[in-house]
Formats: sequence, structure tokens, C-alpha cells
Amino acid sequence: MGIHRGHRARPVEWLVEKFIFLVSLSAILMVLLIFLFVAREALPIFLGTIDSALVQDAIPVAQMDKLSPAQLREYLGLTDKQLKEMDRETLRSLMEVRVEGQAEITSEFRNDPDARINTTQWRHLLLPHQWTDYDKPEFIWQPVGQIHKYNFVPLIIGSLKTTLIGLLFAVPLAVAAAIYVSQLARPRLRETIKPAIELLSGIPSVVVGFFALLVMASVLQSIFGYETRLNAFVAGIALGFAVIPIVFSISEDALTSVPQSYTHAALALGASRWQTAWQVVLPAAIPGVFAAVVLGFGRAIGETMIVLMVCSASVMSWSIFDSARSITTTIAAEMAEAVSGGHHYRILFMLGALLFAVTFAANMSADVIIHRLKHRLEGKR
Amino acid sequence: MNAAQSPGSGVQSRGFRAAKFDFSSFLFSGLTGLATAIILAILAVILLNILFNGWSVLSWHFISTIPTKDFFDAATTGVLPMIVGTTFRVFVMTIFVIPVGVITAIYLTEYAPNTSPLTRIIRAAVNNLAGVPSIVFGLFGLGFFINFIGKNLDALLHNPEPVWGQPALLWASLTLAVMTLPVVIVATEESLKAIPMGLREASLALGATKLETILKIILPQALPGIMTGGILAVSRAAGEVAPILFTGVAYYMASLPHKLSDQFMDLGYHVFVLSTQSPNIEKTRPILYATVLVLLLLTFALNFVAILIRARVRKKLRALG
Repeated sequence: MGIHRGHRARPVEWLVEKFIFLVSLSAILMVLLIFLFVAREALPIFLGTIDSALVQDAIPVAQMDKLSPAQLREYLGLTDKQLKEMDRETLRSLMEVRVEGQAEITSEFRNDPDARINTTQWRHLLLPHQWTDYDKPEFIWQPVGQIHKYNFVPLIIGSLKTTLIGLLFAVPLAVAAAIYVSQLARPRLRETIKPAIELLSGIPSVVVGFFALLVMASVLQSIFGYETRLNAFVAGIALGFAVIPIVFSISEDALTSVPQSYTHAALALGASRWQTAWQVVLPAAIPGVFAAVVLGFGRAIGETMIVLMVCSASVMSWSIFDSARSITTTIAAEMAEAVSGGHHYRILFMLGALLFAVTFAANMSADVIIHRLKHRLEGKR
Repeated sequence: MNAAQSPGSGVQSRGFRAAKFDFSSFLFSGLTGLATAIILAILAVILLNILFNGWSVLSWHFISTIPTKDFFDAATTGVLPMIVGTTFRVFVMTIFVIPVGVITAIYLTEYAPNTSPLTRIIRAAVNNLAGVPSIVFGLFGLGFFINFIGKNLDALLHNPEPVWGQPALLWASLTLAVMTLPVVIVATEESLKAIPMGLREASLALGATKLETILKIILPQALPGIMTGGILAVSRAAGEVAPILFTGVAYYMASLPHKLSDQFMDLGYHVFVLSTQSPNIEKTRPILYATVLVLLLLTFALNFVAILIRARVRKKLRALG
């Protein structure tokens, strides 16, 4: 703020100021750390240095000395550091474990071409593949059993499906309510409604999920009469509950920040209150409303507990009355059974990195839009 | 004005005297008002449903009992360890998040040059942090606090068994602290901005240094706002489940958590477990409602207080502007 800094001569004060400055950088640091450490765990997938194939070549232990350190490192899937720290005996026993492990694989899998596929390759993550016993190429997320199938497409569709339903439900309601509260309601009424809607954001998502699971699912089923009780539609509506407060607050904020002079001018020209709201205030604030929708999208696609509780079966389907498994749900449900450092674990981190990238882009664009809008409405600041 | 003009013929028709009945105005106000009413109705239905179904089951015995392994049995179960676990993790979180959040807000309002790109980046980072999905915070906690800091700490201390390199209350609290940092920053900043400039100028004019002004004049004035931020962060964190899934929560613990490296049971997670893992949902329903009610009372009471304080701060701000 406007006051300029005073005495430079005070060393303690100077130190404290520097300290305050350093602490204030923590938010930047945290965003960087989140990005760094989520990406770090997913890095082997990006680089393609991890092999999830069930059947791999086994080199007899006796041939250990014929291998160069680099070959050995690659064969055992170790890092350079790990290789240096291990003595000969450890390496030998690792090789034995590998040979024994490969010997235990039953012939059923040994003859299955799927068992030789590294399912963490990009083309298996994103493109359909014709697995054994399937009659056409399909997108499949199935990280169980002997051959882990990691296709992201069903999860991405699951996330988009629930998110879009949530937005379609929440955005009209929230934006209309924001117009009502900021433009049409009397001040007294506004002071009551606004905190009440903000209170909705105080309901933990696990409670919304619980409500959707126990109460809403049955009610909606009796209204719409679909077959699967727990489906993407229920999850989407419940997601909408979580999205409403955020879209409402941001659009209300944008609508309120339109200068009074606009409204006064419109009213003076003879426009009615609704004409002013609809034709003057809303167009002026429309970038803010758009930013609110973008933030709502980020909130909905990142919401975990609601979708996890309401539906979680991984089905590749665009129908809203089928179940859906979102990206967030998958991470939450499968991390516990994934071996730390294994391919399943890394794939889940990869999904996390994807999610982070999407929400980062959404947040950043919303931030820029709102900043520009305020800049324009308030003149230079 | 031409009185013979029909209402539909254009903007010209509206004179100084209001039209007899303005249908489109009525429709517009009606629709937006209806949307507002629907949202309020959703809120009311959720709250009343939980209140009515949960209230009758809630008892002192339920709140003060440590359940045995089978916590789906309505007669013997209780939520004491979950209440303790949630309170404990949230308390540890505030110790970290409030100082960092308040200092950042002080920098942003009192020191930061308004136009510098760095200030803009800090603000963007704060906004961004507020929008990172909670499950990503969970992954971050696992990848950074447990697998990086914790494992290295264990190696450094020569612990034979992993103490810090595994899910623990401290890591869950730190993860939540990172998550709620923007909440504290934004609320504190709002209250700092509400303090009249004249107060700062008067203090400086009397010879106080900038730091003295902040510590003795600004901060005491901003205390309600800082409290709001703290309360909002607590209520947000108390209900969050996704960030603690991999960083510290336990399905069942026989004893209460008593040190930072313990795992803990948690109210929100317990709601999740009761509603998805129950062998017989009809029998679990009453205790599920009671658990949800306890969680809501905890988070909502806090939220309500925070919103009241914030409304007051905003009113003050508007009076100044």
C-alpha cells in the first residue's frame, strides 16, 4: 500500500522485512513442489523406463559376470545409485528372484501375447488394444490380476461425464442466483442469502457424497426410472452441489464489481432493473462469469470423495445413466493396493500429474481473465 | 410519450411512469429468484435430513466411546477416536498454516509493490493453490512428505524401523496446511485491507517504524479477520478426506493417537468407511447419520462463526470504500 518504507538504518527491522518477504514466497514454492514431486514419481512413465510386462527374459544367474553394469542395471530395473550401493551378493539374489519369479508363471500366461506387452507405453495408455479373448480393440482400465491394463481413456471419459453433468446442473442455477443476489435482491435479503449459499461450500464433500449415496440416488431413480441406481448422473448432480458455491461467489463478485455508474446510467436512460441487469451489468461482467465456470470445472474435475462414494465401476460408456470411474476416484481407490515404486503406483501419479496440469491451466486462465476484467472495470490501478 | 404504443413495440414504450405490468421483468426476477430458492432448498434439505435422522441417535455414549474392531454395530460403537484424530490433525495444521498465511498476507498488503510482477506471481500462486484438487495434495503429501522428507529423515536418524517414512499425523497435518494456506491468506488480506489508511499514517507520523505499526496497530485491528481465516481453514480441513487418504488416516486403531508419528482415525474418513464398506447398510444407517451429524456440527459451527465475522468485516470494508 501507499506508505513508503521508513528507516533503512534499523538492522532488525530490515531483517524482519526480508524474513516476511521470504515467507511470502511460500505459496510459489508450494505450487512448484507439488508439481515437482507429483511429476517426479510419474517420471519413469514419461521416460518409458519402466516395464510392466509379466513375462520378461530371465538371464541365468551363472551369466552374471558376462553382463556389463549398464546391462545389469537395465535388466534389474535399478537406478545408478541403487546399483552402486548394492554388493555382489544382493545383485545375485535379485537375479535369482527374477529367475524364480519368471519360472512360476503358468503356461497359460506364458503363451499369452498380452503378457509380453509393456502396458505403460504411451500407445497402450491412450489407444485401444485388442487383448486376448476380446473380439475387437478396446479401451480398458483394469489394473488387477496378472496383466495390468492401464488405458486412460475410460477414466478421462468418466471424469468428463460427471463434470459436464455437474456443470450443466450447477452453472445456470448459480449464475441466475448471482444475478438475483447482486442486482435484484434488496440489500437486507442479500445479506442473508449470500452467507447461506456460502454455507453450502462448508459442507464437506464426504457429506455430500453420503447424502447422494443414501438419499439422492433412490429419489432420482424413482423420478427418472433408470436401471443402475448409482451412476454418473447421480454423481454429476452431487458434484453440482459442490460447484454451485464457487460459481456463485465468483460470478457474484464479478457482477458486483461492475461500477455503479453503469447501473445508474442505464436506469437513468429508462431501463428497468432487469434490463439493466441483463443488458448492461451481465455483458460487462461476462468474463468474470466465464472465469467462474472455468473454476467450477476445475473444482468438479478434481473432486474425489463424491464420485468415489457414488459410482466407481470403470465402464467405457458415454451414457449418463451408466456408472463411471473418474481419474480422482481411481487414484483414491487404488493407491492403497499399489506397491510403492511399482508401475501401478507410478501410473496413478501420472494420472495425478495429468489432473494437476488440467486444473493448473483452468486456474491460470481464470486468474488472468478475472485480473483483466477488474483492470478494465476499475480503470488503471 | 405516446400512450397508444403497444408494450411490445420496443424500448420507447417505457415512459417515466412504470408500465402496468412488466411481464418480462416479472419473468426475469422470477426465474433468477427461483434459482436462488432452489439452491437454498438444496442446502436446507441436506441439513434438515441429516439433523432429523442423526439427532435421535446422537448420545453422550456415542461421542465418548472408543469402538472395538466391529464399528458397524450400532450398540457398541462410538466416535471418540475419530473426534480426537480430526481435532488433533487440524490443531497441528493451524500451528503451521496460520503464521505462514498471516505473514504472506502482511507482505501482500503492507509491503508488496502493487504493480510488480512478483506480487502478481505470488497472487496467482495463491489462487492456483486454492484450485489444486484435494487428491493431488494427497499425492503430494505421499511423494514429498513421506517418500522424500520422511524416508530421508529415517535414514538420517538411523531408525531401524520406518518412523517418519510412513503415513503419520504430522504428514497429514502438513499436507492440509499446504492446502488451506490460500484460505488463511485471503481472509487475512481482506481484513488488513479493511483497516483505514489513516491509522497507519497516524502511527507513522507519531514516529513508529513500519514494523511497530504493523505489530502494535495493524495486527490487533486485523485479529477478527485472522481468526476468520483460521476458522475457515480449520472447518475446510476438518471435512477433507482425500488429502489424508495416503498420508495418515487409519481404518482402525485400537488406541487414541498421542504422538506426531502415529496414524489416526478420522471423522470424514469414517463416514466414507461406514457408507461404503458396511456389510448391512440398513443397520449402519443410524450410526452413519449420527457420525455425519457430528462432523457437520464440527465443521459447520466453525463455518457459521467465520461467515458471521466475515460479513461484519465486509460491511466495515464497504463503509470505508
